[in-house]
Amino acid sequence: MPDSTFLDSTELVLNMGPQHPSTHGVLRVILKLDGEKVLGTDCIIGYLHRGVEKIAENRTYAQFNPYVDRMDYVAAVSNGLGYCLAVEKLLNVEAPPRAQAIRVILTELNRIASHLLWLGTHALDIGAITPVFYCLREREEALKIFEKYCGARLTTHAFRIGGLLYETYDGFEQEIRDFCKMFIPKVDEYEELLTNNRIWVGRLKDVGILSADECKEFGVTGPVLRAAGVKWDLRKAQPYSGYEKYDFDIPTRQNGDTYDRYMVRMEEMRQSVRIMEQAVEGIPEGPIMGKVGKVIKPAIGEAYVSIEAPKGELGYYIVSDGSTQPYRCRVRPPSFVNLQALDRMIRGGLIADVVAVIGTLDIVLGEVDR
Amino acid sequence: MTGLLKKIFLVDLFQGLFVTFRNQNPKYIYTEQYPAERPKVAERYRGAPRLNINPDNGETLCISCNLCALACPENLIVVTSERSEVTKRKELITFTYDTSRCMFCGLCEDACPVDALELTQDFEMASYTREGQIWDRQALEEGPKPTQYKC
Repeated sequence: MPDSTFLDSTELVLNMGPQHPSTHGVLRVILKLDGEKVLGTDCIIGYLHRGVEKIAENRTYAQFNPYVDRMDYVAAVSNGLGYCLAVEKLLNVEAPPRAQAIRVILTELNRIASHLLWLGTHALDIGAITPVFYCLREREEALKIFEKYCGARLTTHAFRIGGLLYETYDGFEQEIRDFCKMFIPKVDEYEELLTNNRIWVGRLKDVGILSADECKEFGVTGPVLRAAGVKWDLRKAQPYSGYEKYDFDIPTRQNGDTYDRYMVRMEEMRQSVRIMEQAVEGIPEGPIMGKVGKVIKPAIGEAYVSIEAPKGELGYYIVSDGSTQPYRCRVRPPSFVNLQALDRMIRGGLIADVVAVIGTLDIVLGEVDR
Repeated sequence: MTGLLKKIFLVDLFQGLFVTFRNQNPKYIYTEQYPAERPKVAERYRGAPRLNINPDNGETLCISCNLCALACPENLIVVTSERSEVTKRKELITFTYDTSRCMFCGLCEDACPVDALELTQDFEMASYTREGQIWDRQALEEGPKPTQYKC
């Protein structure tokens, strides 16, 4: 991007990151500035590249399962669900209804945990320190449920191909119900802190606008797309894992600015609670593991499954050559695709808005670089 | 008009501050005073590996089937065994587990047919050397021994 010499102009090229705390990881943004104004950006990624897709080719299907948790490590359960669904599609099996209901509960809980971390850090970037403490306090409750259910808080490895390994622990339903009951007033509390706050509104309104057409052009999905007014949610559009049974709304807003994305995510947390409340009331009895052999050996073929992860459309494309290891496993990460719209969103804005826009995209660099 | 008055009297800011004041005396305190107060991890917590022994006779439960080594994504378990002349059964000689590469996914634990290998609730596994992270059979049977300081 800094193509011509800038000695004869007032342009300033500034490196933001990779150690900058507000880039949420190891993202390096080269900013071309004219005073406070951003003339252009260049994102340099790859500092957290671990070659996850290549690792998949040297692991069996079951062995690769823990690695997907390490891509989007704030929403590990969603990653696991996407991978398991993709392999299940290859194997042509379906998880039993009980497993599906528990999967839905845990992924929605994970969506809340992911959005809470986003809200806390986003507000912290803008300058509001209080929300991060409250958000992490509630996130702790969600992580405790994960720890009790599958033994890990972050890189959960909660689901297995064909269903679940772990049966719910005693009091699981009650804990989910308690969480739902506790959580809705807490969302109202965050809204009280932020929604009307003049600094918050002033920093977010009309910042980083991305229209619906631009979103489609860039392939942006998730809350960023919904904030631009497109009613697109894979849970409704292509229901998976029994989402068609639950009644929930897709929150949308019209302007597509940072404030709208904030409002959409807040509403999404409420909708997640709604889904969890419905799912926990009707967990069917029955087995939790489908008919999957000890050795997972799908027939030759390919499968693409995409799910609505907290950050957008998360897709897994797996090619099987008939052996126990995938021939190719391609991940379509929402963060990577959403990050491409960064330049469009902050070009012409102010340097202080860069932090707000990176925060609102809700990227996780583990997923961007893979 | 009301909007202007709300702006002048800083209603939005006081609304937020009210939340902060409401939370001044929290019911639950989440901070753990770590060395003095040890966190209670969940029952299913996947922590330090342990090779279980039969409490009655002190013999290992491991039947040297090598399934854990095959299940491990990182190939960090090495099991060597020898067929015994007397019982005609495989007998375990060495069992090494490289905890420095372990990601505690629990696949070895799932693979074990006799529940000999288990991921326990111990989580203090630090050591001063890299070699100290590679646990042999004895270390696996005894479990980690973290230094505990009295506070």
